Amino acid sequence: MSRFERQYILSGFGLEAQQKLQNATVLVIGAGGLGCPILLYLAAAGIGKIGILDGDVVSLSNLNRQVLFGKNDIGKAKASVAADYLRNKYSELEIIEIPEFITTANALEIISAYELIIDGTDNFSTRYLVNDACVLLKKPLVFGAIYEHEGQILVFNSAKEGGTNYRDLYPNPPAASEIPNCNETGVLGVLPGIIGVMMATEAIKVLTGYAESLENKILFFNSLNYQTYTIDFNSNPELKSLIPDSFEAFESKDYSLSCETVPTVDWDFALSQSTSDSIIVDIREASEMPKLPRPNVVCLPMSKLLKDPKSLLASGEVFLFCQSGIRSLKVVTELQKVLPGKSIYSIKGGITAFLSKHQESKTHGN
Amino acid sequence: METKEKKITVKAFGMIAEKIGSGEIQLSEISTIEELRKSLFDQFSELKNMKFSIAINKKLASGNAPIPDGSEIALLPPFSGG
Repeated sequence: MSRFERQYILSGFGLEAQQKLQNATVLVIGAGGLGCPILLYLAAAGIGKIGILDGDVVSLSNLNRQVLFGKNDIGKAKASVAADYLRNKYSELEIIEIPEFITTANALEIISAYELIIDGTDNFSTRYLVNDACVLLKKPLVFGAIYEHEGQILVFNSAKEGGTNYRDLYPNPPAASEIPNCNETGVLGVLPGIIGVMMATEAIKVLTGYAESLENKILFFNSLNYQTYTIDFNSNPELKSLIPDSFEAFESKDYSLSCETVPTVDWDFALSQSTSDSIIVDIREASEMPKLPRPNVVCLPMSKLLKDPKSLLASGEVFLFCQSGIRSLKVVTELQKVLPGKSIYSIKGGITAFLSKHQESKTHGN
Repeated sequence: METKEKKITVKAFGMIAEKIGSGEIQLSEISTIEELRKSLFDQFSELKNMKFSIAINKKLASGNAPIPDGSEIALLPPFSGG
């Protein structure tokens, strides 16, 4: 008898699927509210090799939902505590602890060592970074995220023809100012428990081919009324350009979206905003060249703008640029004081960044 | 014969539902995504500055897709918590 008997006697699952799990290698990114239940159930299911990636340490406020940790673990590395716990329970599994945060510098090397990636992290920067890395490496990705009483679960498989990725649904990350306040929102510990176990279920489906996974779908779950809502979507080749096209491009991309800093966006983001009332403002003096070769650019020198900031109130999102992105940062800081709550962004690198990008894509095209 | 008012149902999730104050509302005389956006932004101005995707009858919609009468629309914000 094996500890997997109840699993392989399941009709349609069998020894073959169990063997696939035992041969499988899975990387769980984030050992938090979602990561803990994912790890517990994947280890119990007998996944042969499990990587646990998390650079954080256990803190007291984690303990309502991060069920791998206890009071004695406070201050210890989550990846190490989780790994020790699982090694102790199941000596036959290979458990790899990676007590680091995922970055553009380590992502490609770490992710390439696993056949399936699971994203249980807690911020948009990391989620876009992981998505792009998985697309570049053609790794299937199980994605789950929560907000208050709701969760969303997706399965991306960029290795497959027509496989989707996160950007097919959400092309660009929200601006820092859109995310309520960066302070953690409240959550009942059971919600990430439910969503994490659903993510582990999807991982088992993808690895074994047992039952249909949520590929090309997004599932919403609400823990207050148990309603689920599923939407179909397809890959959109036009959005491919948002993902770095090489390992080098990925490694030099800035995914940061910090709440502590002035909200900045890149040109791709500013120019892709389709809402009709968003505006792009050139805050340089009228004599400064070159002009942005795009229609509908508002020219409003910073001296004038700071005298009459309310002139921006009639517009939706406001994107400011200058020569190199320094003045626009200062102006956004000033404007935030007088127009709190207004969505105003500085475009990173100013007109210089636009021109060099434009130049680059021209060269690439030749 | 009485003329029926054209109606659509709009379901909302996460923070979008919070801003709208309900998980489901009815709108009338909407026949494209652009009209839907305009109507939502007029009623709930905070939505202007939020990112969300839109589904028509449980399929992701793009561009200014037409919205058939009686459709079920869903407003889908991205979540990031974990």
